[in-house]
Amino acid sequence: MKIVVCVKQVPDTKGGVKFNPDGTLDRAAMLTIMNPDDKAGLEAALRLKDQYGAEVTVITMGLPKAEDVLREAMAMGADKGILVTDRVLGGADTWATSTTLAGAIRNLEYDLIITGRQAIDGDTAQVGPQISEHLNIPVISYAEDIKIEGDSVIVQRQYEDRYHVVKAKMPCLITALAELNEPRYMTPGGIFDACDAEITTWGRANLVDVDDSNLGLKGSPTKIAKASDKVRKGAGEKVVPDSPEEAVSYIMDKLTTKHVI
Amino acid sequence: MDFGLSKKHEMARNLFKEFAENEVKPLAQDVDETEQFPKETVAKMAKNGFLGIPIPKEYGGQGCDPLTYVMCVEELSKVCGTTGVIVSAHTSLCCDPIQTYGTEEQKQKYLVPLAKGEKLGAFGLTEPGAGTDAQGQQTKAVLDGDEWVLNGSKCFITNGKEADIYIIIAVTGKVEKRGRMQKEISAFIVEKGTPGFTFGTKEKKMGIRGSSTYELIFTDCRIPKDNLLGQKGKGFNIAMHTLDGGRIGIAAQALGLAEGALDATVAYVKERKQFGRSISAFQNTQFQLADMATKVQAAQMLVYRAAMAKATQKSYSVEAAMAKLCAAEVAMEVTTKAVQLHGGYGYIREYDVERMMRDAKITEIYEGTSEVQRMVISSNLLK
Repeated sequence: MKIVVCVKQVPDTKGGVKFNPDGTLDRAAMLTIMNPDDKAGLEAALRLKDQYGAEVTVITMGLPKAEDVLREAMAMGADKGILVTDRVLGGADTWATSTTLAGAIRNLEYDLIITGRQAIDGDTAQVGPQISEHLNIPVISYAEDIKIEGDSVIVQRQYEDRYHVVKAKMPCLITALAELNEPRYMTPGGIFDACDAEITTWGRANLVDVDDSNLGLKGSPTKIAKASDKVRKGAGEKVVPDSPEEAVSYIMDKLTTKHVI
Repeated sequence: MDFGLSKKHEMARNLFKEFAENEVKPLAQDVDETEQFPKETVAKMAKNGFLGIPIPKEYGGQGCDPLTYVMCVEELSKVCGTTGVIVSAHTSLCCDPIQTYGTEEQKQKYLVPLAKGEKLGAFGLTEPGAGTDAQGQQTKAVLDGDEWVLNGSKCFITNGKEADIYIIIAVTGKVEKRGRMQKEISAFIVEKGTPGFTFGTKEKKMGIRGSSTYELIFTDCRIPKDNLLGQKGKGFNIAMHTLDGGRIGIAAQALGLAEGALDATVAYVKERKQFGRSISAFQNTQFQLADMATKVQAAQMLVYRAAMAKATQKSYSVEAAMAKLCAAEVAMEVTTKAVQLHGGYGYIREYDVERMMRDAKITEIYEGTSEVQRMVISSNLLK
């Protein structure tokens, strides 16, 4: 079985968020992590590899430093890493991103494509399903559990107050939730191997069946009017009382003063 | 000269830090309080390859270098000194001598499961009457047919009852050296469960209280002839060489404890208010922190240099001794200052620095006291 996992390097929400003048994220200036939903998708792929045997290829579109997220994935157990990077791809919205990734994935053989549900920097949940549309394969979103049965995949799909069990023939695309699993750690030896491994780098020229008008900032129908960091709450007041009784009476006082109780 | 870490080492440090924060730190206080060996943590470390970091892949290890291993012990010890020493004793004192002196059969039989973390290792040199003075050994091994018969005891053994495979140093005869009769010392591999191999009392300690420290007792304990490690009569050299590596591990443990105490103190002094100001606003606090940070940084340089020396040099006794001497004394000083800057709270068990100060003391004592490190360093200067 061949599995392609799409991962994204996203700003670490513990660090500060910075913007370019055009309203897009200044990715070069921020601390980064692997997007949590994508990491769960990768873990799901690695578990399928452990259970059924599979070749896992991770792919990402981003700046050259997005290579870090591929090495992390490989240190966890992915077999290959592909970085899609090119100046003309910069400033892409979900449409241009999914067009690019689909154009890259057309070079690959796959039974399963796994993406995260959504990235913590955009929260759109659009790229995964859009890739499946471009590639004309079924999509099962919000996967909580994934099983393989013959040439089909059986997915437990999260729904508001219940779950659906959906079966689809492969090849298909699955979007994963961070709740799907507890991702494994990298191993020290895996890190050493991943740092020595070759990362395949693709640019515009490697994208298959893609029109320039659908790439990068120019190919992005989404226009950002304004972007801002989340409004952060004040530091609050930290109190270290001497006893639980003192703590309780302090809180009661506050609540009474503010007419909460 | 490049003081920056490579991409590999940076990623490895992030891994160890994340693991320590998520898996080790939440248990540290309980491990200390209950004196329970953290079995579940050891199983997790085994699964993630932490018990065979510098061992080649062909022997079940991770194929990394001593620096990566040192950073692992450092990051673990930052949050839990007990967990740090479990990895250090296993890797430096058991895996390393088998890798260095073992036959191919011994490596396949013992090193592979050790490096994979399926088995845990320990090392027995110290005896009630022989610590620093290795010539004072009383434990004897006598060859009887195809077996060595061990009699005697070893004390203060780290990973004591939890280990599966032990390197045991014992007297195998007498030889004449420079006109004097001296004990001939050899090294052996002993498996737990061998008849005649039992455990004495569990030691109750000041610090690293979750580490399993036991007396090992050998009463007509028969082990296969093939379990002699290295050449007969070379046990003293094997023990000393093993301790050179071990000292780098303990230096990393000491470094981690100092760093952990410094981090905790930096956070605390920003929160704690006295006389209407955060105590970080007082110059005494600032100067104390500056001294602590500078010493920690100096210790880190020596520890990393010793790890690099182990990777590239045949002999690294002096580098290891300097790293351990410096890091252990810095750990004691920094943890003591950390308690002082925490004031009354620093003396309370709820605060991590109290435990760190107790854990730090042993780093000045085991695997060669600070005085022994000074002997090693000065004898090299005056030779």
